[in-house]
Amino acid sequence: MALKIVKGSIDRMFDKNLQDLVRGIRNHKEDEAKYISTCIDEIKQELKQDNIAVKANAVCKLTYLQMLGYDVSWAAFNIVEVMSSSKFTYKRIGYLAASQCFHESTDVIMLTTNQIRKDLSSPNQYDTGVALTGLSCFVTPDLARDLANDIMTLMSHTKPYIRKKAVLIMYKVFLKYPESLRPAFPRLKEKLEDPDPGVQSAAVNVICELARRNPKNYLSLAPLFFKLMTSSTNNWVLIKIIKLVSCFCVVKYLGLLAMSKILKTHPKSVQSHKDLILQCLDDKDESIRLRALDLLYGMVSKKNLMEIVKKLMLHVDKAEGTTYRDELLTKIIDICSQSNYQYITNFEWYISILVELTRLEGTRHGHLIASQMLDVAIRVKAIRIFAVAQMATLLDNAHLLTGNMQRNGICEVLYAAAWICGEFSEHLENPMQTLEAMLRPKVATLPGHIQAVYVQNAAKLFSTVLKSQEGSTEGTAAQETSQLMIDRLPLFVQSANLEVQERASCILQLVKYIQKLQQKEVEVAEEVSALFAGELNPVAPKAQKKVPVPEGLDLDAWINEPPSESESEDEQPKAIFAKEEPKHSRSRHTEVDEKELARRREARKQEQANNPFYIKASPSSQKVYQESPGVEHIPVVQIDLTVPLKVPGLPMSDQYLKLEEERRQKERADKKKKEKKKRKEKRSGRGRRHDSGPESEEDITPAHMVDIVTEEMPEMCLTLNHKVCDIQGNLQDGSQVVVSVIFENKCDSLLKSMEFNVLDSLNSKLQRPEGSGPHDGFTVPFQLPPGVSNEARLVFTVQSIVMPQKMKGTLTFIVKNEDSSIHEKLDFKLHFTCTSYLITTPCYSDAFAKLLESGDLKCSSVRLEEVNMPFHHLLARICFHHHFSVVERIDSCASMYSRSIQGHHVCLLVKTSGQTVSIDAKCDEPTLLGNVLDEIKQTFSQC
Amino acid sequence: MIRAILIFNNHGKPRLSKFYEHYTEDTEQQIIRETFHLVSKRDENVCNFLEGGMLIGGSDYKLIYRHYATLYFVFCVDSSESELGILDLIQVFVETLDKCFENVCELDLIFHVDKVHNILAEMVMGGMVLETNMNEIIMQVDAQNKMENTFLWELFIGIKPEIGSNFK
Repeated sequence: MALKIVKGSIDRMFDKNLQDLVRGIRNHKEDEAKYISTCIDEIKQELKQDNIAVKANAVCKLTYLQMLGYDVSWAAFNIVEVMSSSKFTYKRIGYLAASQCFHESTDVIMLTTNQIRKDLSSPNQYDTGVALTGLSCFVTPDLARDLANDIMTLMSHTKPYIRKKAVLIMYKVFLKYPESLRPAFPRLKEKLEDPDPGVQSAAVNVICELARRNPKNYLSLAPLFFKLMTSSTNNWVLIKIIKLVSCFCVVKYLGLLAMSKILKTHPKSVQSHKDLILQCLDDKDESIRLRALDLLYGMVSKKNLMEIVKKLMLHVDKAEGTTYRDELLTKIIDICSQSNYQYITNFEWYISILVELTRLEGTRHGHLIASQMLDVAIRVKAIRIFAVAQMATLLDNAHLLTGNMQRNGICEVLYAAAWICGEFSEHLENPMQTLEAMLRPKVATLPGHIQAVYVQNAAKLFSTVLKSQEGSTEGTAAQETSQLMIDRLPLFVQSANLEVQERASCILQLVKYIQKLQQKEVEVAEEVSALFAGELNPVAPKAQKKVPVPEGLDLDAWINEPPSESESEDEQPKAIFAKEEPKHSRSRHTEVDEKELARRREARKQEQANNPFYIKASPSSQKVYQESPGVEHIPVVQIDLTVPLKVPGLPMSDQYLKLEEERRQKERADKKKKEKKKRKEKRSGRGRRHDSGPESEEDITPAHMVDIVTEEMPEMCLTLNHKVCDIQGNLQDGSQVVVSVIFENKCDSLLKSMEFNVLDSLNSKLQRPEGSGPHDGFTVPFQLPPGVSNEARLVFTVQSIVMPQKMKGTLTFIVKNEDSSIHEKLDFKLHFTCTSYLITTPCYSDAFAKLLESGDLKCSSVRLEEVNMPFHHLLARICFHHHFSVVERIDSCASMYSRSIQGHHVCLLVKTSGQTVSIDAKCDEPTLLGNVLDEIKQTFSQC
Repeated sequence: MIRAILIFNNHGKPRLSKFYEHYTEDTEQQIIRETFHLVSKRDENVCNFLEGGMLIGGSDYKLIYRHYATLYFVFCVDSSESELGILDLIQVFVETLDKCFENVCELDLIFHVDKVHNILAEMVMGGMVLETNMNEIIMQVDAQNKMENTFLWELFIGIKPEIGSNFK
């Protein structure tokens, strides 16, 4: 072919072209490196020539060698020369070489800016194209900044070929020079609707890359993308858009949300996407994970429950945030327990899951796990042996659960474990071991209500152990067991928790008695186990309805004649149930004559006297589960109708509320019950507080107090740290004292609505804001999150300062927990010492001498014995604590001066000899002086 | 984004390497060797996607490759690229080469790597896909070659080029 001949003749112009080089390398397989190094020498020679064609050929060969791993950066300048050639053929070679070996640290790049700009604006579109292609590979922040405008102009070029390249390179420019994004973005968005599909595709490409970095910002483009998706025929664009849409997490979220809606009507169609939904649990967006969890709840079936829970358990292990982990935990339990454990086929598995969940540290849902354990162990009889074994292991390893006791909600699980082991102790393999585990001293650090269960169930275990030990020939073993109980129980008798204390002391006495019997070699096991005989049966919440009404009992009939109106007057006023009282019943039986009523009243009073609580001890109100299981022993059946009212449990009484006759009796009964309940609540209330931890008394060591004695620190979450910090000088009517009080919150809850109030005395008054009465408090202008302290300043008006003052006060505040808020108060005393009215005032020795000579001052003195400190320390102490300044010091003698806020002069002469210090003092107010000296004496008696 | 495009033969000899990020020449050679090692030991009937090259990328990056006769075409891409999309792109690339070189074989790539680069530049620019339409690519490549040939002819005034002549 003619062209070939021509090309051949051109080739001959050069020493060696690319093809020759490749051929040469292939022919020198043995000494390739040597051959190439001679070629590089030739290339270096060629680059020195002026002929651009020779240079371009050399650069072309270098590009090939670069691919083989040879560093050609030394030729960077020659590459720039070739790039600048006006001939497209050479320019292309130059730009290719540059794109292969230039990078940000190539210094000659600086020289290319103008050349590239020239090429970008070249009338030949391929010059521009080649420049854009090259630039896309080696663009630097400088180039990006300098050329951003030129490229932006090219985005609107008439040739689509240029437009698409310009659009695409904008992404690189954004990367290197982010400031360009804002001005360029509208034009980029415009290009999404470019008539040319290539330009469109480039714009989609760029926006996809941008959106990948920050999807949210590009969400607004979603409708545009949707339009493109439906209209575009370019597969590449479609793929990109779909990729992009998956970046928008919102879409995922909406998808899951939609699925949960579909689930309600078409569960099957959602279930087929189980794996996809499980995948969403891995999403980094928490809201998506939570949505997916919600979906899973509705998706479980008998078949897939275990699988799903297994996956969830994996996530529990991986989960980082405790909130999400707790959410997972509750979901697992929700999923398993939904519709009465409908989907659980294997309860051993479920128990194991629950036990596994106990290994979570710091979860708040210990009680949830515990209630599940109890529920399953009680209701699924077949599982008990397994459950008991698992629970025994838990108890044995209790120390693992309770590592960080107070914060750890998981110790609630021990409540369930102890109860299950005790109640079903007959299934225990080694009851003795479990008994020992339950009586470990460390148990005393558990929350009170758990300890109480421990004690109670230790007794149950004890009876089981006795039974097995007495059965065997070994008689001493049983006695040893009793001894163990007697040794360990006193720990619980000392408990601060009343419930624990009560149970422990009862059981301790019982065991002691048993031991006595044992020593007489009486067999006691049978009788002891009778204490806990029978089985607790679960009672459904609606069981009451299923109890048939016994024959002959008409619940709607009057048991007694309803009372007349007059009767209610001499009874106690209706307190609580007055509203529920059906009004019509009152007037119905007014015909009953007065005599009859009086007689009845008398009889009833008799009855009441004999029966102070109105709840007569009946077999039913004792331990219910001592009898054989079955509905018959549910209390309602055993009501003896001759007795006015026997209410074994509170809910039962509702039925009888309508009966007017019993209303008033009940009122009283309820009152008493209420009192009981209140007491109980108090107890449980305290238990709660123990749970929340940090309020136990040891924790509230009031921080270093300077001037204020805090009286009676109850179980309290707040420390007051107050100090009279500033005293302002004379005012016209009396003096003002500014007290700064530091409030420090040492508990785990938010404290708010703090109100600081003191009982004003005649002498000292709290300055209250204008318009508030003399008993209103000072509202502390801040809230205290846990662990935070803050300072409030209070101003007091003090009439006389010669005496120390004590003011009683109360701080009321609200403790805000997650679900509740409790009003609390803290009593304190503010102690204004006389010292606190003194202001350190310097005084010159001559003025001091004049003051002493004036004769206006009264004298007083005090001696301090056994002061073991250097004299200058002693002086420093007086200065610091009592606001004096040293006027003059000569050897072991010093004169000191201070002034009160009302202008009293206080002069001291301090002398020391050995361990005795004598202080002679003069002041124009003897009472003040006496008090100041007393206070100084106290300071030194404390050290 | 595409991080790199590599073409090498069954023995691991590079026929084209295009890195859209800067590496030193040594690292580039190492990447080529490692990629060859990863790709060549895979069976013909396994999938065309591969994760976990040590030198390029990390977990976010994938190798997507196709094996044609004696040559491997390997694209190293991040997760913003669709695997199937890239496979399709490789196919377009190879078909374009086939059109431009008339039954392309390894030798064409060996002796005309600069021309392969020019074709690739019309498809992928700075690591981003520029054009997937083969006709458009060929049209632009031809137009530029024509310019080049016109210039060559200008050197020998009086002789006119055949329109649409190919490279050989």
